[in-house]
Amino acid sequence: MPRVLGYADPLSAAPGETIRFMIGTLDGPRRYRAEVVRLVCSDTGPAGPGLKTVPLSTPIEGDHEGTPQLIDAGSYAIVEHPEAFGGLTRFTLQAFIQPTRVPIRPEPRRQVIMGTWAEDRETGFALLLDETGALALLVGSGPAAALVSTRAPLTARRWYNVAASVDLAAGTVSLRQTPLADHTPSLERPVAVTAAVRAEAPPAGELFLAAARRGVEGGRLRTTWHFNGKIDRPRLSRRALTPAELEAAATARRTGAPDADTIAVWDLAADTGSVRVIDRSSNLLHGRTVNAPKRAVTGHNWDSSEMDWRRAPEQYGAIHFHDDDLHDAGWTPSLTLTVPDDARSGVYALRLEAAGGPEFWVVFYVRPPRRGPRARVAFLASTATYLAYSNYRARMRPSPAELYIGALPIVDPTDLLLMYQPELGGSTYDTHSDGSGVCHVSRLRPIVNTRPTGWLWNLFLDLGLLDWLEAEGQPYDVVTDDDLHVEGAALLEGYAVVLTGCHPEYYSREMLDALEAHLGGGGRLMYMGGNGFYWRVSYPAAQPGLLEVRRAEDGTRAWVEAVGEYYHSSTGEYGGMWRRQGRAPNALAGIGFVAQGFDRSSYYRRTAASRDPRARFIFEGIEDEILGDFGIAGSGAAGLEVDAFNASLGSPAHTLVVASSEDHSNAFQLVNEEMNVSFAGSDGRFSAAVRADLVFFEHPGGGAVFSTGSIAYVGSLAHKGYDNNIARLTRNVLRRFLDPAPFAMP
Amino acid sequence: MFTIDPRRTDLAQEFKRRPFGPHSPELQAVLNVLRGSLHCQNLLLVCTRPHAEWTLAEKQPHGLPPRLFPHLTFDSLEAAEWHAFRIRWEAVTGQALPDP
Repeated sequence: MPRVLGYADPLSAAPGETIRFMIGTLDGPRRYRAEVVRLVCSDTGPAGPGLKTVPLSTPIEGDHEGTPQLIDAGSYAIVEHPEAFGGLTRFTLQAFIQPTRVPIRPEPRRQVIMGTWAEDRETGFALLLDETGALALLVGSGPAAALVSTRAPLTARRWYNVAASVDLAAGTVSLRQTPLADHTPSLERPVAVTAAVRAEAPPAGELFLAAARRGVEGGRLRTTWHFNGKIDRPRLSRRALTPAELEAAATARRTGAPDADTIAVWDLAADTGSVRVIDRSSNLLHGRTVNAPKRAVTGHNWDSSEMDWRRAPEQYGAIHFHDDDLHDAGWTPSLTLTVPDDARSGVYALRLEAAGGPEFWVVFYVRPPRRGPRARVAFLASTATYLAYSNYRARMRPSPAELYIGALPIVDPTDLLLMYQPELGGSTYDTHSDGSGVCHVSRLRPIVNTRPTGWLWNLFLDLGLLDWLEAEGQPYDVVTDDDLHVEGAALLEGYAVVLTGCHPEYYSREMLDALEAHLGGGGRLMYMGGNGFYWRVSYPAAQPGLLEVRRAEDGTRAWVEAVGEYYHSSTGEYGGMWRRQGRAPNALAGIGFVAQGFDRSSYYRRTAASRDPRARFIFEGIEDEILGDFGIAGSGAAGLEVDAFNASLGSPAHTLVVASSEDHSNAFQLVNEEMNVSFAGSDGRFSAAVRADLVFFEHPGGGAVFSTGSIAYVGSLAHKGYDNNIARLTRNVLRRFLDPAPFAMP
Repeated sequence: MFTIDPRRTDLAQEFKRRPFGPHSPELQAVLNVLRGSLHCQNLLLVCTRPHAEWTLAEKQPHGLPPRLFPHLTFDSLEAAEWHAFRIRWEAVTGQALPDP
């Protein structure tokens, strides 16, 4: 496994701009070597052209001394007003909670709901779940700190009203854990425990929701005892409330009217798009979230009358915390690069290598100069999709994946790193330690699987397209999804042709709008893949580096979004498939996702429509009926994930389906969104609907669209020294698309 | 429920000839059982030398790393698939396939 890791920020930069590299070593300090390279082709091995990189001479090239850098996964909220929480002799902690891991297995540990407990100082107070999953209160200092437990473990995914009333002067603590009624019959009863304690009032300290302070190392706050599950309406009161007072506070609408005894009552439904945690008391003890917990989630009183958190915020007063959430690893910058003025636009990597392990690739992008010449072709790097897949570990976890892959999953030692360093976080294809789906991913952490080696997927295959452009001698620029989201169509101005990658699956509204505007202005689009423009994503503006996805309602999903949580927390957008939101990919690209299979790819056969005069330019010099029965991605150009024409979903009526794939394997199954009722005969051996359509259509603005409908397509370009019918066909399209003569509508 | 007839070694030979589909419907039925069975279900390959060597491994629960079987290395994906097929066939049917 690699012994040195890193990440870059920003992700893309123009010549003259600066990129910082955060680099850390594993297993202690060690020397590492760094070099900047432009990536041209992936490590295809003997089946393809092989790894091609072009060194870029920079001052950071060379050997460096590296040290480990910490990653503290686990989300929480912190209220940095320590004086407000010190010296409390009588107080009450109260919240609604829905724990999701009780107890923690295989190694039980505490989970803090709220409190000031500091492990390094051995002092504070905390309402928590103990190692067994029972409600407990920890209060005091040092070895004399008192722990009182109900000794009644809670049930995972059930809502509770929990409280601890503390009177240190009288020497008593009362705990109450009351299961809330829901639609599942239960024998569980409320539990109340009162115990005598001897403890001093703890000193001032920051208050945490869902974690305890572990200490400060190197100026950096570290936390522990992270909570898994939801916390709703946490409240801290100045005296030991009676059961009747607790009940009154619990039943108040939303966070209720704070009274004079309220130290703080946090309204977790407020400002969900930000990191702010709002205190509704007059003390204004606001806090902030760390590591991007899931907000805009259903609260204890959600009654399913509303699905949109913006329309019923009083029912969305919870935050879902996970002990493996991660936003910004927060590493100290190790190397800084000012992109040389003469650096070509392209996909680049800082290649890191330390003795004892393989190299680690920190991929970044050099865009064209802000004000300067541009190529006429832009490769739009699918950075939203790369990020959605970043640190994908699902293949290494038990699952029936082989049944849909059609072969054994394959990983390499760099992938294994994720299982030894779980703090690196997962992808949006993974689930958290409590089983809930990962809906946030961050680029501000080392990412092991966006690289020119390993899995034939995403960037690995996309580099095959760049390699072909190089072989063609075709100048190109590289721009990114991230930049397209921010800058919109202006990013694409001046480009005659935009080429996507092989799998531009994740798209924000802003990105879709920009591509539509490009086409509307006469631009040309070559959609070089399959399963594109599929999921709606957002980039939370208040949390740079983060991507949000909610896998709502339908679709081919690694996990299913929690009911009532279909709306993005950052933007309020309805999550899920674009197909279910009036913007099916068919309207933009002429085709949409229909099937997937991962054992062996197939080929396309030309259709009668390929003889249409409108398509003549596509097949110039091509006599073959069979296209792409070769390639590095499953030995065919049509495979992995494939798209087809469908007028009912918006494929333009004048679309020419010039070739369609056939003879797919049993592993290729029609995707579930293509079936209203499950039916037999839906695999590639039986169903004609399982196919990739190669399509072309003219756009009213004078532009045009060419779509391959297959992730595997770009893996065929290099076959026989780039002399093959897929390369020829692609060249024909690119040449015509570069011709400024407008396309006329038929 | 469908069960594998251990006498149908012809289907095993079909898989050996072409481990990556398309498969005959009868072989696909066998694969559905073998890959869905609790026996040896959680296998994966770790590429231990790029393009040259793959090591069989077993996925582990609780987020633990896969367990590699260092003595089970293969110089092709086809050979690895065939080995996985053989051990699953024996685990599910109770009968070993004849030596290749």
